[in-house]
Amino acid sequence: MTKMPRILFAGLLASSMLVTPTLAANVPDGTKLADDQTFTYRLLDEFTSVDPQVVEDVSGSDIVRDLFEGLFNQDADGNLVPGVALEYTTNDTKDVYTFKLRPEARWSNGDPVVAGDFVYAWQRLVDPELGSPYSWFGELMSIENAAAIIAGDKPKEELGVKAIDDHTLEVRLTNSLPYFPLMTTHSSTFPVHKPTVEKFGTDWTKPGNIVSNGAYVLTEHVPSERSVRERNPMYWNNDETVIEKVVALVINDDNVALTRYFAGELDRTDIPSGQYPKLKAEYPEEAISAPRLCSYYYIINLGENGPEYLKDVRVREALSLAVDRDVIVDKILQGGQFPAYTFTPAATAGFQVPDVPAASMTQAERDAKAKELLADAGMGDGMDVKLIYNTSEGHKKIAVAIAQMWKTKLGANVELANQEWKTFLETRGNGDYEIARAGWCGDYNEASTFLDLMNSQSGYNDSKYNNPKVDELLAAAKTADDPQPLYTEIEQIIAQDVPIIPIYHYAINMMLKPTLKGWPIQNVEQNWYSRDFYKVAE
Amino acid sequence: MGMVHDIDRVDRIAEKLAEAEQIKGRSPWQDAMTRFFHNKASVGSLIVLGLILLFTIVGPYFAVWSNEEIDWDRMGDIAELGRPSIENGHYFGLDDLGRDLYARTIQATRTSLMVGVIGSLVAVVIGTLYGAVAGFAGGWVDGLMMRIVDILIAIPYMFVIILLLVIFERSLFMLFVGIGVLSWLDMSRIVRGQTLSLKNREFVEAARAAGVGWFTTVRRHIVPNLLGIVVVYATLLVPGMIMTESFISFLGLGVQEPNTSLGALINEGAGTILRGTLWQLFVPLFFFLTIIISLFFIGDGLRDALDPKDR
Amino acid sequence: MLNFIIRRLLVAIPTLLILIVISFFLMQLAPGGPFTSERPLPPQVLANIQAKYGLDKPLLHQLWVYMKGILLHFDFGPSYQYKDRSVNDIIAQGFPITLKYGSISFVVAVAIGVSLGVIAAIRHNTRLDYAATGTTFFAQSLPNFVMAPILIIVFTWQLGWLPGGGWNGGQWQYLVMPVIALSTSYFASIARITRSSMLEVLNSNFIRTARAKGLPERVIIWRHAMKPTMMPVVSYLGPAFVGMITGSVVIDRYFNTGGIGASYVNSALNRDYSVMLGITILYGGLTILFNLVTDVLYAWLDPKIRY
Repeated sequence: MTKMPRILFAGLLASSMLVTPTLAANVPDGTKLADDQTFTYRLLDEFTSVDPQVVEDVSGSDIVRDLFEGLFNQDADGNLVPGVALEYTTNDTKDVYTFKLRPEARWSNGDPVVAGDFVYAWQRLVDPELGSPYSWFGELMSIENAAAIIAGDKPKEELGVKAIDDHTLEVRLTNSLPYFPLMTTHSSTFPVHKPTVEKFGTDWTKPGNIVSNGAYVLTEHVPSERSVRERNPMYWNNDETVIEKVVALVINDDNVALTRYFAGELDRTDIPSGQYPKLKAEYPEEAISAPRLCSYYYIINLGENGPEYLKDVRVREALSLAVDRDVIVDKILQGGQFPAYTFTPAATAGFQVPDVPAASMTQAERDAKAKELLADAGMGDGMDVKLIYNTSEGHKKIAVAIAQMWKTKLGANVELANQEWKTFLETRGNGDYEIARAGWCGDYNEASTFLDLMNSQSGYNDSKYNNPKVDELLAAAKTADDPQPLYTEIEQIIAQDVPIIPIYHYAINMMLKPTLKGWPIQNVEQNWYSRDFYKVAE
Repeated sequence: MGMVHDIDRVDRIAEKLAEAEQIKGRSPWQDAMTRFFHNKASVGSLIVLGLILLFTIVGPYFAVWSNEEIDWDRMGDIAELGRPSIENGHYFGLDDLGRDLYARTIQATRTSLMVGVIGSLVAVVIGTLYGAVAGFAGGWVDGLMMRIVDILIAIPYMFVIILLLVIFERSLFMLFVGIGVLSWLDMSRIVRGQTLSLKNREFVEAARAAGVGWFTTVRRHIVPNLLGIVVVYATLLVPGMIMTESFISFLGLGVQEPNTSLGALINEGAGTILRGTLWQLFVPLFFFLTIIISLFFIGDGLRDALDPKDR
Repeated sequence: MLNFIIRRLLVAIPTLLILIVISFFLMQLAPGGPFTSERPLPPQVLANIQAKYGLDKPLLHQLWVYMKGILLHFDFGPSYQYKDRSVNDIIAQGFPITLKYGSISFVVAVAIGVSLGVIAAIRHNTRLDYAATGTTFFAQSLPNFVMAPILIIVFTWQLGWLPGGGWNGGQWQYLVMPVIALSTSYFASIARITRSSMLEVLNSNFIRTARAKGLPERVIIWRHAMKPTMMPVVSYLGPAFVGMITGSVVIDRYFNTGGIGASYVNSALNRDYSVMLGITILYGGLTILFNLVTDVLYAWLDPKIRY
């Protein structure tokens, strides 16, 4: 599992006892608010769950953040701000944390939110009986006995979390973890209301049954069609909430969603790939592009099943050099994405993109070098390359373009195979491929969330890249005071070894009604809370 | 999908043919041909279809671009630079990625026609063999085989399509088989019914009584009489197959790039309506509709020709 | 007749059971499983989840548990993808929606199809006939995944008359576009069948006799020709009805109606085995049921048929 580096959030420690202003809609004086404070947005797919300990998809987590509130929240820039917890204290070794909960926090049925609710929720998270797909997060948080409970070796009651009194929560960790409070913004750590869960079983999240402690309560849910959440009058900061009602509509088709946005049915929708420039020209205030913490790349199979020709680093480098990133970014995606020659996105906090030779060449130079390398490797015309990608219009365009680049520049015969998602994952996971598409979004805002994938032991290392030097540097980075030089070195080694072909770093492209204010565009993790929004009159 | 299996009428055609043989003693096929060629709509459609076929053969010689080449200079702004134009060789314009729609349409038309024809062949061959065997065998074999058909009919076709295309590596061949496999069930029922009734027909019994061998009886009297339904049913199947393929493309499970089909092109075109690149929808849609409608007319014409009662 | 229905229903039970077994095993052949994801789960976590759903047991044991659940409690199991919901929930929520717009589309398709077919047949070889035939061919060929986005652009964006999708309890505004998109190809098929069937009936001896007796054309058509005309139409309607309430994934995707068609395709893509199986059983059961209904209707229309 990925482990967050020690250095991360060092700044947090200094300011940990300071209470930043509470988070809420920050309406400037004199703003004329719209009469109808309903926020309607589009979901690509039905969310998997709104149970904090069960949810695993992004759209479900977005909803959970509105319905429930954990110990801490993030502000518009991704910084930590108090939620149910007012503050915390920790010991010198940073392995015992004590959270002070705000006494005015209430569940939507009026019950007070107490420390016991967190204890119950966290025990539930690691309980094998619930079988949460996110139970590993409890282990990642290093809570005492979490691993043993997941493995079924200890009862869940032995989890290192305790309610000292109703408003004091104590957490014991297996090792020192300075950034522990930051992990409490994750939806799987949010509290749940024990009597409700026990009364209704899996039905407890249904509208009518659900009891939540966030700014909103779920009032309607027609699966695959819509879900509605409405203001929770019991929420402790209800007075500061402006948006009355949030409606999420499931619209599978990007273009239909855009049409409905134009028709005024949505306040927010995604921009279909390639449409950004046109929309930006026509709707300059509505079309938004902002960097995201994600990387798009191709992985090369270096494992046992990998083909012989790709074992030659010259061939791999030639393939990487021949990919004209500018064409992909400027002519296909056209949405403010960034051409990538290294893995970790520039948007990552505290990360400096290292210099690699390919980045400073012109495309003509890259192409020339690619041909040279291929000739050196003894690969003439007619090299057979097989590229797999998962079914999607966007991936298809990029794959087709890259196939053409390899064909025209390197004379390769590229066979394209698009596979339906689960088949694709299976094929890639089993190593039955030559080159495959991949994408990765950071779990947290620090370079190791990306670079750890290059660890030979990582469960996500599908290219089976194995360089002991990289493993060593990664380990060193965990405890380094300034990991940046190590990260630079790792990126440079990757650029030499070419286990992956970085292609671009993501940008979020969306249409947002100019009347809706408060969207955290600066938050590269795109964690948003509807209670921060407000709608101004037109 | 809305495939019309006007089974009832198709069903009777074999009887008609059998009767004609008895009464007139001359080939019912010649009559049918004459009738067919008197049907203006059918003949017109046949000509149109012929022209499209010719286009897919001759068309490539006029193509300036191949179906997979990307026009790098124009790809960034398709709405402006990618319009259909004689000068730059993109007669039908560019697709969303900057590839020549003329070449792609030709290739797509070929794929779709092939899917239609081969898919129908698969369905017809399996259906005919299965139905004929069941009909001839009779008894418990027949009962068992037809129960199997009943069960298979109850399996939703979507389940089968998705499973087939997910389990096996996707290829044109799988597509043909997948689509064909879905459609043989009706065929087998019709053929079985006909075989059963033909088996006991007077002329068949007469032939047998006259000492004609079993095999010769089948060859001379039953197979030709089945041929009528088979031909008509197959003609009705082809457009259905092409439509099913387009649906599969809609689900994203169609042919692999750089190959394409009309359904896939239409699906892409339908996604870009808002971008002012309407040719991406209308060009493939025109070919798709023309082919399907022509096939409908031809199918109807053939059926009417073989079943002259309502003329 | 009653005997026939009972016998057919009795045959339906083993058919359905075999269908379940076949689908159960076929389903497992697809690569990947419900918990295959971009980020592979740690082995222990995966083991816990599989244990929770009993997926760690041998397949035969799983089948046995599954069958027991259905037969004893009418419980089709939990969804592996949507963990807050059971298969029963998903079907109970999605099927009524599909059934509603499917049934309305069916009625619309039959009404338009039959009228168009009859008109074309009565005015055989006139311009009206050609126009009707042309329209039906066109309507039948136009894929509904082309029609749906165009409808939304025209009626929602440009004209602003109708909501661009959603269900909202099935208010009429939300039904218009799904019904148009779903019924078009079906009304076309029905019109074609009706026309050719009607033509044949009008040329038959008993209609000639009726004409010779000097009965008015209206009486001939409605009183005498209609019933035999409907025979082939009815044999098409059974499968068509099932097709309408099952093949609606395009409608669900474009109009986000929340119907069961999209759930079905998604369950297959997500390897949500229990949902996939549940809806397969539902569809299979409907197919069997409507084949039976068709046969019964057939018998009612044609007194010559005896069971």
